[in-house]
Amino acid sequence: MISGVDIGYKKLHTMNRRVFLLSLAKVVLLGGIITRLFSLQINENKKYLTLSDKNRLREWKLPPTRGEFLDYFGKVVAGNLKVYQLHVVPEQVEDFKYLMGRLKFILELDNEQFSKIIKKKKKQKPWETLIISENLTWDQFSKVNFYLHELVGAKPVLSVARSYPFRENYTHVLGYVSQASENDLINNEVIKKNHVPGLRVGKIGLEKTFENDLIGTNGIQRYEVNAYGKRINQIDFKEGEKGKNIKLTIDTEVQKMSNELLIGKSGSISVMDIFTGDVIAMHSSPSFDPNIFLYGISHNDWDLIRKDPLKPLINKTISGLYSPGSTIKPIVALSALENDVISPNFKVRCTGKMEMYGQTYHCWKEKGHGVMNLRNAIKQSCDTYFYEAARKLGVDRLNLTALKFGLGNKVLKDYYRNEKEGLVPSTEWKKNNLGRGWVLGETLITGIGQGYIQTTPLQLCLMTAQLANGGFKIYPRITVEKNQDSFEKIKKKMNKALITKDEKVSPIRKVGEELFNIGGKEHTPLFRNQENIKFVLEAMSASTNEVMGTSYGSRIDDPKYRFAGKTGTAQVKRITEEARELDLKTSQIPYEERDHALYVAFGPYKNPRYAVSVFVEHGGSGSSTAAPIAKKLFKIIIDRHELREKVRKENLVGA
Amino acid sequence: MLHRTSFTDQLTFFQKLRGLDYILISCILLVGIISSFSMYSTDGGEFLYHSKSHILRFVVFFTMMIVFSFFTVRFWHSIGYLFYIFVLGLLVWASFYGITASGSQRWISLYFINIQPSELMKIAIIVCLAKLYHRMQINDVNKIQNLLIPLTIILIPILFVISQPDLGTSILIGLSGLLVLWLAGLNIKYFIYSSLALIISTPFAIAFLKPYQKLRILTFFDPDKDPLGAGYQIIQSKIAVGSGGLTGKGFLKGTQSYLDFLPEKHTDFIFTLFSEEHGFIGSVFLLFLYAIIIYRTLRIGTITRSYFAKLFCYGFGSAIFIYISVNMMMVLGLLPIVGSPLPIMSYGGSSMLATMIGFSIVISSKMYHRQTIA
Repeated sequence: MISGVDIGYKKLHTMNRRVFLLSLAKVVLLGGIITRLFSLQINENKKYLTLSDKNRLREWKLPPTRGEFLDYFGKVVAGNLKVYQLHVVPEQVEDFKYLMGRLKFILELDNEQFSKIIKKKKKQKPWETLIISENLTWDQFSKVNFYLHELVGAKPVLSVARSYPFRENYTHVLGYVSQASENDLINNEVIKKNHVPGLRVGKIGLEKTFENDLIGTNGIQRYEVNAYGKRINQIDFKEGEKGKNIKLTIDTEVQKMSNELLIGKSGSISVMDIFTGDVIAMHSSPSFDPNIFLYGISHNDWDLIRKDPLKPLINKTISGLYSPGSTIKPIVALSALENDVISPNFKVRCTGKMEMYGQTYHCWKEKGHGVMNLRNAIKQSCDTYFYEAARKLGVDRLNLTALKFGLGNKVLKDYYRNEKEGLVPSTEWKKNNLGRGWVLGETLITGIGQGYIQTTPLQLCLMTAQLANGGFKIYPRITVEKNQDSFEKIKKKMNKALITKDEKVSPIRKVGEELFNIGGKEHTPLFRNQENIKFVLEAMSASTNEVMGTSYGSRIDDPKYRFAGKTGTAQVKRITEEARELDLKTSQIPYEERDHALYVAFGPYKNPRYAVSVFVEHGGSGSSTAAPIAKKLFKIIIDRHELREKVRKENLVGA
Repeated sequence: MLHRTSFTDQLTFFQKLRGLDYILISCILLVGIISSFSMYSTDGGEFLYHSKSHILRFVVFFTMMIVFSFFTVRFWHSIGYLFYIFVLGLLVWASFYGITASGSQRWISLYFINIQPSELMKIAIIVCLAKLYHRMQINDVNKIQNLLIPLTIILIPILFVISQPDLGTSILIGLSGLLVLWLAGLNIKYFIYSSLALIISTPFAIAFLKPYQKLRILTFFDPDKDPLGAGYQIIQSKIAVGSGGLTGKGFLKGTQSYLDFLPEKHTDFIFTLFSEEHGFIGSVFLLFLYAIIIYRTLRIGTITRSYFAKLFCYGFGSAIFIYISVNMMMVLGLLPIVGSPLPIMSYGGSSMLATMIGFSIVISSKMYHRQTIA
């Protein structure tokens, strides 16, 4: 009995002891759990809060709104159009095949378009947005919305797309946009940062050059999503910033006229303010409608453009290299005068051809011009005279003058990446590049703008502008920016440069002036004696406004519009003696062998303000093809001058 | 010994009513209310299927608990073996005719309710072993032949539950059994030896685990290895708890659960949801409630007279503690994920039924604390 109680007691005692031990363990464990809770919820709260937000919040980037291009008068020349698009995220579609089948029926896609979409889908990741249609018509859009309940996964989206309201008129100035390629993303950080599927970026021209200004920033939609990625509700919406608008110096009316004047022809027109360097028109013909590039150009259209013998894809104004022909004669004359090689009274007898170094050099006028002085030689474009002048001058001195006036250099290199430099030959150039010595005969043909020399139509325009403004350096520009020098300031600088030209400026003062002039550009005189420039300009006027002048037929007598210019007819092919005998009309020669027609001019003759360069590829002679175009141009340019000045002055006040 | 009829057997109803443990009952009620709100939150702030049936069950089982509390300790003692055999029968039934859900055959359909016998077994095994040890002399406890019977009692249900397969519940059943053995005074050396044996045999045991079970254990050691697969639950649960902070995101504002990032938020991960919405303060408060419940249970163990009741209260209190801590450590990333519900809080009828039956025995142990069992 005693032992029984004892044993019972021992049993209880064991249990109590063990319960106590167990309770201790429980307290420890409970402490552990609370510590863990503390560390998760208090110590690491921030970390897990971030993770939780990362879980639940998803951001959707919206396409940025591209900046617009405006012409000088504020007219939109490259804008944004609201378009309806249809997007599908293949990953979120249950039965992709069915959906595509329905869409094909509803949108009335043809087989080619359909297979294109399927191909596109295969290239993408399944979670990337597949754009079924970039630009739904209103009919299609309303139809899609009507059937939306059976098109699970398809999303009609309102988006913006580039539009070029002036179609082919601005193609070569602006370039165009198209879907960003892989290379675009690799080469441009800004594009990469703002990229969304289907984003259009500049491919060429100003659209490409100013991409980073134009692109803008993404809008951001922040959604709360559930574990399956389904959007539950919108938390936040940040509107993107629209890209910068860019204002051009171009006048749409003149630009349109340029296009009209060159319709059916291959060629180029450029118009420039001779003081500010503002490009007022710059057109290359034939052109094409850049809007067709927006939504992916069809094979046929592309082939049509690519294989056109008139080469619409080339911006001839800045990338076309041609012999300047006689349009270079003012520079040859100026160079000869400046270097005191000849005087205006220097006379040459033109018999229609001259023999030199065992070669015969022909003047364009078979019968010869007779005795010519410099003024008449420019006026009537006498080749013989310029053979002689060039011979006396030598190619190297001519080279220096030509380079100074803008030939052989890129004119708008800050704006266009596809501009060509051209070539103004020198003895050194030939030795270095062709490995042969200069032949004197080459100097003669360089003197009439043939041979190695190659210029772009825009270079000729700049050359004419720098002659017409009295011989001062100018800086061509195609966009309007705030800190640009105004016309008045530039004129002032030129006047000052003229006065101080011959003064010996002390180095200290020079440094001071440079400091004062920070950012401003120097308009240095390009001449030794301005009388020489004036002489050449007067001779050019004679060429247009006097009987026997090569472009007399295209003159305008009204002093308001009167302009002065120089024709040029550049040979494409060496004329054989045989052909010379035949004396064929332009229309009788095969197109590719016809001469290029050129014309450079400035106007109004009194107080000139604008320079023009007209180039017609295989257009025949400068006087018959190019000069009449310039005549029509000057009409509109001068008519628009007052309006342009008004806008310019308003802008000055605004700034 | 002949004076069997002691006055303690004849309590008036009023005395019985006073004998109820009101602290314990109110804590259980409070946890039940909290769990109802949490369930309401898992349904996204609406009275949908889960919250409705959870609340209904709680009301039914809570009432049942109070009614059952009036059964005498003797009654519980007398049905000890029967209860075990009945549950074991259900378990066997489930193994053959049970309903399979998420790859495990563990439910018996009773049309109005699906019973999970393995959950009931958690209680039955304690009742059964408590009865077994009630009469056993302390000196006999450690005899080999006396060891075989309890081990068999423990092992048979474990084998059935493992084969369902349900590793978590079988471990918990095993732990409940071992707890009683420990409290009954089984020599410590047995525990040491067997744990040594367990450690040695672990690698072999792992070889027999199902692939998904292996994965769970591996994932526990490195949840980031496969963040979208098996590690997903642990990571998302930690994010939910961690982002709750001091005061929580607010009732019905737990984004992790609301947006479906939390797995099994009704059942095993209910604490995660609660912790996300109510933060550290709420979690500690809930832990505090559980601590009181366990403390009261153990306290009743010390005042009750019969060895059976004592052993049951100690065993049940400790088992409840283990269920709670295993569940919490699991959702807090301190243990591998093995299915183990949080008592009272988690959705699940069988678990709640079992827990409530356990508490009725505890409360009746208090009500009839003077009652001895011959």
